[in-house]
Amino acid sequence: MKNKLRHTIDSLKNDLRYSSNLKKFVPAVNAFDTFLFVPNVVTKSGAHIRDAVDLKRTMITVIISLVPALLFGMWNTGFQHYSQLGESVSLFESFGFGFTRIFPMIAVSYAVGLAIEFGFAIYRGHEVNEGYLVTGLLIPMIMPVDIPLWMVGVSVAFAVIIAKEAFGGTGMNILNPALTARAFAFFAYPTYMSGDKVWVADASTIDAISGETILGTLAANNPSIQYSWWDMFVGVVPGSIAETSTLMALIGAFILIFAGVGSWRIMLGCLIGGAFTGLIFNLLGVNALMSFPFYLHLVVGGFAFGVVFMATDPVSAAQTTKGKWIYGVLVGIFCILIRVFNPAYPEGVMLAILLMNVFAPTIDHYVVSANIRKRKRRWQLAKANG
Amino acid sequence: MSFRYNLKINSGADLHIKGRSALKSVVLPPSETYTIKPGNFFYLNTKLLLKEGAKVKKGTPLFFDKGNPEVKFVSPISGTVQKIVRGKRRRVLDVIVHRDEKQEALKFDIPNLKKCTRKEIVDFLLEVGLWPFLSQRPYGIIANPTKKPKSIFISLVDKRPLGVDFDFILKDKIQDFQRGIEVLSKLTDIIYLGFPSGYQGELKSIKGATFFGVSGPHPAGNSSVHINKIDPLNYGEYIWTINPEDIANIGESFATGEFTARRTIAVAGNGVGDPKYFKVTIGHELLHLLQEAKVNMNQDNRYINGDLLTGEFVDDQDHIGYLNNLISVIPEGNQYRMFGWLPFKDNSVLSTSRTSFNWLKRGNKPVEVNTNLNGEERALVVTGEMEKVFPMDIYPLQLIKACMVEDIEKMEALGIFEVVPEDFGLIDFTNSSKLEAQEIIKSGLELMIKEVG
Repeated sequence: MKNKLRHTIDSLKNDLRYSSNLKKFVPAVNAFDTFLFVPNVVTKSGAHIRDAVDLKRTMITVIISLVPALLFGMWNTGFQHYSQLGESVSLFESFGFGFTRIFPMIAVSYAVGLAIEFGFAIYRGHEVNEGYLVTGLLIPMIMPVDIPLWMVGVSVAFAVIIAKEAFGGTGMNILNPALTARAFAFFAYPTYMSGDKVWVADASTIDAISGETILGTLAANNPSIQYSWWDMFVGVVPGSIAETSTLMALIGAFILIFAGVGSWRIMLGCLIGGAFTGLIFNLLGVNALMSFPFYLHLVVGGFAFGVVFMATDPVSAAQTTKGKWIYGVLVGIFCILIRVFNPAYPEGVMLAILLMNVFAPTIDHYVVSANIRKRKRRWQLAKANG
Repeated sequence: MSFRYNLKINSGADLHIKGRSALKSVVLPPSETYTIKPGNFFYLNTKLLLKEGAKVKKGTPLFFDKGNPEVKFVSPISGTVQKIVRGKRRRVLDVIVHRDEKQEALKFDIPNLKKCTRKEIVDFLLEVGLWPFLSQRPYGIIANPTKKPKSIFISLVDKRPLGVDFDFILKDKIQDFQRGIEVLSKLTDIIYLGFPSGYQGELKSIKGATFFGVSGPHPAGNSSVHINKIDPLNYGEYIWTINPEDIANIGESFATGEFTARRTIAVAGNGVGDPKYFKVTIGHELLHLLQEAKVNMNQDNRYINGDLLTGEFVDDQDHIGYLNNLISVIPEGNQYRMFGWLPFKDNSVLSTSRTSFNWLKRGNKPVEVNTNLNGEERALVVTGEMEKVFPMDIYPLQLIKACMVEDIEKMEALGIFEVVPEDFGLIDFTNSSKLEAQEIIKSGLELMIKEVG
């Protein structure tokens, strides 16, 4: 079976290669081929042996780390919906409800995004990069469940074309594409992205259902939160599909750090920055958001999810080791700052990460400049002595 | 023993490959032909001195370096120039000398080490043909005889995959090695000699060098790392490096007055049946060694003059290189692996990444490897993985990018003078985008030599 499949692909690729019209589709076929088989290509220059790790493996590891949050998000979508209606249903029914709502969003995200990626690969004549596999899953996970599918599609198209391909494609983008998609939807379709009628499935159509996020409640200067710390930590609260559970984000973080794919420095930096800023505000304690305990700031909203899966995106984050610390701490600080000072955007983590994405190259520039200065000082010293 | 400096290297990775050479050596009878390859030296432009059919003695110059005409490359044996192989733009690839039975050698007057000047030593090394053994930083090219280096670095530490044991190689040559160190000490102010930390062998009796100890994973044995930590290279300065066995060659030449080109070379790797050391002369036929080491010639093998990360790709009809003490042989990896990109699948494939259970499975056991690329070249996405295997105070990713865009000022500022392509061997191996870091650094260095000199 394996050999037969191999034979079929090889003959198909051969036919394409020698056809003048269809030659440009080779990258598209390659993308499918390399999904079935690691190619038989051997090293031609440089090191003669290579590690088993490649970009596909790295990206799939990130997807694996997202799975707990996704499954929990599917269940929570159903649970929030039925509990608002006062119905008590089985775990399986809640999950099934969420699955039927969320799966179409994922399908649309992948269909639109991959179509654009394949198009650019064929147009530019390079191989299809695997980056979108992660972005395409992240985008539905950070949207409210009731957002219409066409809006998901438009946001995806905006993110892939403007945030990624316009900058040169995978590895070249300044902003995290998934967050760009969410920011686009947030500013283009605000009624579907904020308020108390979007966070629980069918809230806009069924009167019995409403549900504000915790941060939304606080932003309205209403300090009475009926959820316990445990609810917030586990994530049994309204919010974007997969952002609610700090626990699941921690499981993801564990996988990313264990596999060496996600930067623990950025994650820890965010935590330190966020906790520190929250603590300062607690001491001031002027309004509901300021007096909200700092340790709760770290478990509500998208803080954990954003820190673990978005801030650590290696392309848009700082690239140097020192830079990662600085970048992480600043993301944490700005997240809480935006939450507290700008009640129109109670979800600060999205804007904090996008802001720091823009500044990441500057941070790296100063870190690398320090190394350059050190070297040049050494040169001058040597010249003076010799 | 006590060291002046103790270097503890933390970043890096030891790759334990099956087929490391046993510590036994075989003296091989001379081969039919010997080849000197200008390609063994980085950025060498040569001019031939002889035509095909010319008679040569051991020590007769075959060609010289156009950039430094006094640097001559001499025949390692006496015989006839059988063939001159040329490549693109008539570049000389191989000068093949057919051995004769007479074995005559050119003899030179040996300078008296106690009294002679630096210039007399330099002239002797150039005349006899020993100069190409000396390599200089910056750039990793043959040393410029008109410049005086601030120091010479020698590393007896080999942490490369299938690395050799210099203690074993120098076992019978300690006197020659000592004499070689005396010669080198006339050329520079200070000689640094690097040992594995905790070294207890005979070489600790060597005089005239500053000792330092090194521990940690590959590339802890690379001279670039030692220089970076002990005596970093500054703009306009020179540091020389030399292979330990070539110090013994120089030492022997100062006793005999003849060119010496002995090479103790290990044939190793998981394609080798009986991995061991051979005592031969530079340029020996490769096939001879492969047969003696019981290499399975029926399978599709890759033969490498050097180590698995930085060596030169050769075929079985080729000859051993000028500078390497190691020949690596591994099978080619031109097979498909179904769904091999899945994390934690195919855990037998060597990996330093935690996206594979290879680290768990192999423990400290050596593994078999092949030449599969294990993926395809991609845009640079993952950051921080280069720094994990690069122990110098240099930003490798930024330096590579500066080389890619040919920004000379930035390359200088980021430390291009302090590196050679070999330092990026592990980056080639570990990086998930299958970036050809060594090739990029190589072209960066070529640009520097052309534009800055």
